[in-house]
Amino acid sequence: MGRRAPARSDRWSTYETMTSFLVRRILGALMILLIISAVTFYLFYAVPRDPARAFCGKICPPETLQLVRHNLGMDEPLFVQYWHWLAGIFAGRELVQFGDCPAPCLGYSFATQEPVFGAIVDRFPVTLSLTFGASIVILAFGIVTGMIAAWKVGQPLDKIASASSVIGASLQIYFVGPLLAFYLVDTMQLIPRPSYVPITDDPVGWFTHLLLPWVVLSIIFTANYTRMTRSQMVEQLAEDYVRTARAKGMSNRTVFFRFAWRGAMIPIVTIFGVDLATLLGGAIITEQTFTLHGIGELAVRAVQNNDLPMLLGVTIVGAAMIVLLNIVVDVLYAFIDPRVRLT
Amino acid sequence: MTTVSWSGEPGTSRGPGPFLSVRDLSVEFSTEDGVVHAVDGLSFDLEKGTTLGIVGESGSGKSVTNLAILGLHNPAYTRIGGEIWLEDRELISADRATMEKLRGDRVAMIFQDPLTALSPFHTIGRQIGEVYRKHRGASKKEARDRAVEMLRRVGIPQPEVRVDHYPHEFSGGMRQRAMIAMALVCDPDLLIADEPTTALDVTVQAQILDLLKDLQQQFGTSIILITHDLGVVANTADNVLVMYAGRAAERGTVREVLREPRHPYTWGLLSSMPRLNSSVDVPLKPVRGTPPSLLNPPSGCPFHPRCDYPRLAGPELCFGQRPDISPETGHGDACYLTLAQKSELRTAQTEQTEDRTEDRA
Ligand SMILES: Nc1ncnc2c1ncn2[C@@H]1O[C@H](COP(=O)(O)OP(=O)(O)OP(=O)(O)O)[C@@H](O)[C@H]1O
Ligand code: SF4
Ligand SMILES: [Mg+2]
Repeated sequence: MGRRAPARSDRWSTYETMTSFLVRRILGALMILLIISAVTFYLFYAVPRDPARAFCGKICPPETLQLVRHNLGMDEPLFVQYWHWLAGIFAGRELVQFGDCPAPCLGYSFATQEPVFGAIVDRFPVTLSLTFGASIVILAFGIVTGMIAAWKVGQPLDKIASASSVIGASLQIYFVGPLLAFYLVDTMQLIPRPSYVPITDDPVGWFTHLLLPWVVLSIIFTANYTRMTRSQMVEQLAEDYVRTARAKGMSNRTVFFRFAWRGAMIPIVTIFGVDLATLLGGAIITEQTFTLHGIGELAVRAVQNNDLPMLLGVTIVGAAMIVLLNIVVDVLYAFIDPRVRLT
Repeated sequence: MTTVSWSGEPGTSRGPGPFLSVRDLSVEFSTEDGVVHAVDGLSFDLEKGTTLGIVGESGSGKSVTNLAILGLHNPAYTRIGGEIWLEDRELISADRATMEKLRGDRVAMIFQDPLTALSPFHTIGRQIGEVYRKHRGASKKEARDRAVEMLRRVGIPQPEVRVDHYPHEFSGGMRQRAMIAMALVCDPDLLIADEPTTALDVTVQAQILDLLKDLQQQFGTSIILITHDLGVVANTADNVLVMYAGRAAERGTVREVLREPRHPYTWGLLSSMPRLNSSVDVPLKPVRGTPPSLLNPPSGCPFHPRCDYPRLAGPELCFGQRPDISPETGHGDACYLTLAQKSELRTAQTEQTEDRTEDRA
């Protein structure tokens, strides 16, 4: 049928733009990561505390110190060190102190002597589960309550939703976390003590053990999304195109869920992209609060120990996650709003 | 007044009286600053198959009136009084379900700015089709076919392709055509066009108005055409309603109102309009002064702060007592001047304008 053909060719051109968009964005992301890693490398390795001294021990003759430096690869100029580090990611490297380090190599931890990449890979599922689950809770809960508030604008339900969002926004993870843990885990024994159960071993256990961290991490964010959804919905409902929909005889529900909703989601998605970094920060605090062995815990310990390779690795992986998720958000954006061209 | 019976669905009873009758309509908005009396005691009729032009300055209540006909005001802060009869049904007291059934089916509306008035998130075809689905219970495919047919009818080239496009992919004129297609998809009996051509250039404007005229001839649709442009009214309307501060200043046939305008405000409007036969650069003379506050409308005749003739008509009347439109039917106006005074003043005014024209020439 001739009629469908143009539509299909439109689709194809959409896929083409999508592919070229992704290629360009990923190249851009790699550039950003390169810059971040260089800056981080410079900042961390320029700190006055000399890690070689720590390795060397309390009584450290200068010759030994020199040797340790050499073994850690720290007797070379900074940019050569950075080059080795960078090359290690793609080609692996040989470290005098620790031996062979296959690609992708982020070096070895100064503190625990374990490979940085391996440590991150081990802990990645914990942090990913935590942030992913919390994102779902934030978006689902925030948007639903915001929609309810907008639907019942000015009525008691709206006021309850608004009030609880104010309360939520004023809470702190390290305060709510232990409090909820005390009541829900210790006193009422409703849910198990938070820990990480691999989803592949036991999906239900994964869910129940992470439920509390999800809730705690999402509480402070959800409020914001309730408020934004509500105000965006109210704004959209006053738009011309919504009035047109009403003038066509569309019911309140249709107007609400088919028309206004789309417009309201656009700024929400944008803000969510911005919030991702903060969310990752919140995940670190949450991991600390519930002693979950995620990347956050790794990061905190690396700072305490002045563990440079680990710190660098964690920073790069965190940045990569944020950059990647922002690409996802942009694609999502284009799906919601047909006016957005992926360029 | 001729009564033409409605030739729609068989079996619909129809009482005597005009097709659409607005009686003593008032619309008030509660705002932070106080109550806005946007429409106050407005009455007018519309016959089947005819076009009523509503003119008036910005803020005179044209849009508010027509949104009230469709029941599109937010009840949370709007108070509506009076009666709106569409044949034998009163619309102000009608329930939500009745109004939803009416909108888009028997009464449709075209808005001024088609870019903001169309949903940016849905294809043109879907936006047209969903009206058909809602009111005619059509399937997705039928609705799509109907959308293509409507786009063809309003003169959009390649409608089979265009139907899948989004509003932002259309030009301004095309968008307005699509908007008209959307309004006409269920063959409405009443079409309200709120400044349908203001956003368009002159050529496209003429095309759109021709389109509306053609459709009216084919389907016998009644049209309310809101506009700032008396030229548009002269070309397309049968009757005119001149609105001032939420009230009717003058009403009558196009011929009556444009040839023998009676209300001083109408004179002002007419002299602010470039005359079709005069040289192009006659300066426009807008009505002096500013529109009145609708929070505190002036006492008496709402036009008195801007009017030259209260002395002539009787200041105690003009300042103290609201003039009603008279006579009840036909060519009427709301002004205390006598018919003789009006005709004399009008003649003087016209000569003055012509003098100015000649001076220029
Ligand atoms: N929702 C509202 N709340 C408060 N005031 C309103 C509202 N809608 C309209 N008004 C006021 O009512 C008055 C009449 O507005 P309306 O839109 O009907 O004017 P109009 O004659 O259509 O003007 P224009 O030619 O500019 O479209 C204006 O003063 C406007 O400010
Ligand atoms: S009633 Fe008086 S103030 Fe009003 S238009 Fe007539 S002359 Fe002017
Ligand atoms: Mg208007």
